[in-house]
Amino acid sequence: MASYFDHAATTPMSPAAIEALNKQIAQLGNASSLHTQGRSVRKDVEEARESLARIAGCSPSEIIFTGSGTESNNLAIKGFFWKRRSEDPARNVIVISAFEHHAVLDPVEWLEEHEGAHVIQVPVSGDGVLDLEALRDIVEKNRERIALIAVMHSNNEVGTIQPIHEVVEIAGDIPVHTDAVQSFTKVEFNFSDLGVTSATLSAHKIGGPLGVSVLILARGIDVTPILHGGGQERDIRSGTLNAPAIVSFAAAAVYANELREANFTYISELRKYLIDSLTAVLPDIRVNGGVEPSLPGIANITFPGTESDGLLLLLDAEGIASSTGSACSAGVPRPSHVLLAMGISEKDARSSLRFSLGRSNTREEIDHLASVIESVVDRARAALARN
Amino acid sequence: MKVIAAMSGGVDSAVAAARAVEQGHEVVGVHLALSSNPQKYRSGARGCCTIEDSHDARRAADVIGIPFYIWDMAEEFHDGVVENFLSEYAAGRTPNPCLRCNEKIKFAAVLDRAKALGFDAVVTGHYAQMRETDLGRTMHRAEDPLKDQSYVLAVLNEEQLDGAMFPLGDTHKEEVRKEAKRRGLYVANKPDSHDICFVPSGNNAGWLHDRLGTATGPIVDEDGNKLGEHQGAYTYTIGQRRGLNLTVPADGGVPRYVLKIEPVSNTVVVGTKESLAVTSISGEKAIWCGPIPATGIAHRGYAQVRAHGQPLSCTYTTDGATISAILDEPLFGLATGQGLVIYDEDRVVGSATIDATA
Repeated sequence: MASYFDHAATTPMSPAAIEALNKQIAQLGNASSLHTQGRSVRKDVEEARESLARIAGCSPSEIIFTGSGTESNNLAIKGFFWKRRSEDPARNVIVISAFEHHAVLDPVEWLEEHEGAHVIQVPVSGDGVLDLEALRDIVEKNRERIALIAVMHSNNEVGTIQPIHEVVEIAGDIPVHTDAVQSFTKVEFNFSDLGVTSATLSAHKIGGPLGVSVLILARGIDVTPILHGGGQERDIRSGTLNAPAIVSFAAAAVYANELREANFTYISELRKYLIDSLTAVLPDIRVNGGVEPSLPGIANITFPGTESDGLLLLLDAEGIASSTGSACSAGVPRPSHVLLAMGISEKDARSSLRFSLGRSNTREEIDHLASVIESVVDRARAALARN
Repeated sequence: MKVIAAMSGGVDSAVAAARAVEQGHEVVGVHLALSSNPQKYRSGARGCCTIEDSHDARRAADVIGIPFYIWDMAEEFHDGVVENFLSEYAAGRTPNPCLRCNEKIKFAAVLDRAKALGFDAVVTGHYAQMRETDLGRTMHRAEDPLKDQSYVLAVLNEEQLDGAMFPLGDTHKEEVRKEAKRRGLYVANKPDSHDICFVPSGNNAGWLHDRLGTATGPIVDEDGNKLGEHQGAYTYTIGQRRGLNLTVPADGGVPRYVLKIEPVSNTVVVGTKESLAVTSISGEKAIWCGPIPATGIAHRGYAQVRAHGQPLSCTYTTDGATISAILDEPLFGLATGQGLVIYDEDRVVGSATIDATA
């Protein structure tokens, strides 16, 4: 039995998205061309843009298509930083939560190293929620110097949803970027209600294809582009539009959005079933994060006395896919910076696995996991205790 | 059997893994990350610690069709190999880090972890042969004399060897490359690594210098007369002739060689080639690759003191923990800290770390 518990990494494409992709990929035309074929593809892209805008609670003109969530985050962070610092050289501070995804963390570190940015990380609680008082304090002390604030909408490793509304209030007129790739179509996400300046969405996290994402950028706001060329996407992101992927993304969003509440209920129950089933076998496991509000499908669990890469290898051999969090560029497992930011010890962070559930999972798959977990953990414990 | 194939990203370990699959074993590929910061060791195709190498290993595993993971052994490698390398040099000896890596990492940390996780053995691309003989499961030289690596494996005890598989021992390197090509392995033409993997520049003296610092000291002759100065005794090797920069010319222009490195007084002793001659070698910390030879009596065999050195016919004795070998013919220039490996024809008897020569 194959049990895929890594939906936060990527999730199966929905039938609607596959159908849309297959149909569009046969269409000739560059959306930037002026002739009939070009206009035809442009029409398809614009319809997709409108669908996505409706679901994300923004206007169609606020949607900028990019090639990945990483690109969207880089564009927002570097774009705001360069733009706002060019307006005022003293504005070189970037404020981020301490447990951002690497697609935010790394461009920020790059700006620190190469562009003289000063980075302030806002601490998070042991439950995985941004410390708003600390943010308030940071903003009060540095208001004039802050180029942007970036806080993820929900954390990809522990699933906790962040108080973005409050972040926006504290920020005032400072731009706020939120990485919403894990939240979109899974929990309530509305760009204009939240009041953020920009947000990242990604197709393959919601049943769409790989290789297409969105940066929602509020109307009237400009950022410095990274890619220069044909002037597509408000001159902010040049490059021929990937029409088949965009159309498929919209189809996936429509499909996932229609099922959002049903999926939330189903996946939340599965998550509870998973935690209960594992706890019944291994009473000493600990769930990291897990406070309300959270994404429905993420269960981040510490298995004391193990090393997560040993667990992953053994589970993989049983046909069970899980995740250890991040690895360095050579693939060396690292203790999760998310868990460390939550105050979890390095030892426990190295003993933690993420199971992320999706619509395709079943109770039978979880029963399978529960039936093997004890022997897997036993062996992983022996492997760690070998010295 | 369920086996872990240690895959460096090179051609040998890739073919070894493929052969293990073909022999019917359930194989999982593992690349050992030996640096806590792989970028640091990055330098093209050299060594076995680069990001490119881990990608090459992963790709080979894909082609072979086996699962693949990276195991972080950086801490074990640093403590067991790099630190030992530095402290040995600091103590005036010349260590062989490949021996330590096999002893402490590949067939210790990795094998132990593999066994705990439910595997039976570790497969590597080393050139050596395991055979069932009257003495049990014994290790022998590889078929390819140019590639034979039994010397660097002689630090493995019987239990470690029981958990080791060397599928390439019966094959010449050329054939292994051809086989890699036939199997569609992209690494078929990847150059062999020669240098110490954690010294990416290949500049051993410079690397040691950066870590052990400069320590000026005298270079003296056998009578203690000062002939020059050095910047750090550890940059010299026993038997070294060039680069001594002696200020006092030798009598009659007789070439002078490094005879001895004395770490406590930070002195390098030089002398004539005759003084370099060694016929008696003693080693400590003996490790036996099979049955321990009868103690207290003399045995005939061969001694090897370098990875690609010649087998030297000798008579040896042991008390189990140490080995003393008397060479039939003198050897010129031998550093303490190197491995003394004893062979019975092509069978590896055991090894010891050289602690004295005469």
